[in-house]
Amino acid sequence: MSTAIGLKCRECGSDYPKVAVHVCETCFGPLEVVYDYALVKRTLTRQSIESRPRNLWRYRELLPLDAEPSVGLHSGYTPLVRADRLARALGVRELWVKDDSVNHPTFSYKDRVVSVSISKALELGFDTVSCASTGNLANSVSAHAARAGLTCYVFIPHDLEKGKVIGSAIYGPRVVAIEGNYDDVNRLCSEIADKYGWAFVNVNIRPYYTEGAKTYGFEIAEQLGWKLPRHVVIPTAGGTILPKVHKAFKELREIGLVDDPMPAIYSAQAAGCAPVVQALHRGADLITPVKPATIAKSIAIGNPADGYYVLRAVRETGGWGEAATDPEIVEAIRLLARTEGIFTEPAGGTTLAVTKKLIEQGSIPREESIVVCVTGNGYKTLEAVDGAVEKPFTIGSRLADFEALYTQLGDGRRRRAALQ
Amino acid sequence: MAKVRIPTPLRKFTGGAEEIAADGKTVAQVVTDMEARYPGIKERLCEADGRVRRFVNIYVNGDDIRFLANLETAVANNDEVSIVPAIAGGR
Repeated sequence: MSTAIGLKCRECGSDYPKVAVHVCETCFGPLEVVYDYALVKRTLTRQSIESRPRNLWRYRELLPLDAEPSVGLHSGYTPLVRADRLARALGVRELWVKDDSVNHPTFSYKDRVVSVSISKALELGFDTVSCASTGNLANSVSAHAARAGLTCYVFIPHDLEKGKVIGSAIYGPRVVAIEGNYDDVNRLCSEIADKYGWAFVNVNIRPYYTEGAKTYGFEIAEQLGWKLPRHVVIPTAGGTILPKVHKAFKELREIGLVDDPMPAIYSAQAAGCAPVVQALHRGADLITPVKPATIAKSIAIGNPADGYYVLRAVRETGGWGEAATDPEIVEAIRLLARTEGIFTEPAGGTTLAVTKKLIEQGSIPREESIVVCVTGNGYKTLEAVDGAVEKPFTIGSRLADFEALYTQLGDGRRRRAALQ
Repeated sequence: MAKVRIPTPLRKFTGGAEEIAADGKTVAQVVTDMEARYPGIKERLCEADGRVRRFVNIYVNGDDIRFLANLETAVANNDEVSIVPAIAGGR
């Protein structure tokens, strides 16, 4: 029996059946999946979850499928890394990195939302899937569509990183690059979704898609031993993941799987595209859209659909938000790599740079547990750090060539001095 | 006349038409004319105080009117006005 009852408008409360519809006909508000939590509780326990395979479907009673999942059987359950060296660098006691840079199969948090939305699209009988994307989503939709044997069209801005473009094309979809920014792509896709009978995962399948993001929050709690951290820092682009991690924590408390108080949730944006953080700082409810200008292309959304719900979740939990400049983002990517051996894309750099800022300004206390949400992989966006790393030293193949270099670098002298 | 693209949730007002014609020199006037032709449609687009609803985006020739002059954005003959639900996207 399905635990998902139907869809409900977040604004006016109108009810809808579980079909491919994402906007309330009355007020244009977003539709959200409603569950029967009494039914969820009957089968979803700590024990049942822990006995299931290590993928995102272990929380399936809190995901909106009626049938068995058909894709994403290896997605999710990514590492929650205790980051002690990074903690020392930031001067805090307890720091964790939730590392979706190694999500299966396309190395970003998007594999979660796509696993759920394409499984749902198949359930609803679609044969073509599509999306508007800044890259990661297109990669994930392309890969999952290939595995499911679906026809696939992905729409992206024309100026994405090469890794993001080839990282879609390799799976054989039609890749359509739009002369414009993500917000232009998104507007076009809303109109295409309206006209063609395709499953646009982040348009008409969006109520199901966004539910997949909750699994990121479920895993944080489970991996902390069914505890919640005190502070969680999350990047904000369209505004999907932050409110859904909030919802995940609420649901776990609702069904009694965790008892801890709600963590404070913080929004991280790039200074070149920070409409939500600006509204937060102004104390405003209305988000003024911006034209993005940042190296953090995966989160360059100037007109965030769910920005309003990010504001609400941040305010309700006593969190805050900050923006990081491009140089701060690059520096944070280097810091994470050099302290924890994790290579993230600029979105992850943004989140870490903002975490650092929030700690330094006293918004996050140094003695309480913090989770930094790393949602994407740096190998896809090499351009962003190309000028920020040491170039290789090219030498001949004789031992003498290396010895000359080693002497010149002075590494040996420094090492001996350090040992004395 | 401007061409106005109507999203699915509003097509019950336009007899199912995806695109309609409406008159006006500004977006506000176009919306007023739409209301005259298809009564009830304005209430779905605008709050009681006349402002565009939070979850509705309006574009003139592909440009978001919030980057232009909002409801006072000029509309010329044959311009394309698109009404698009704000809720879409992820990344």
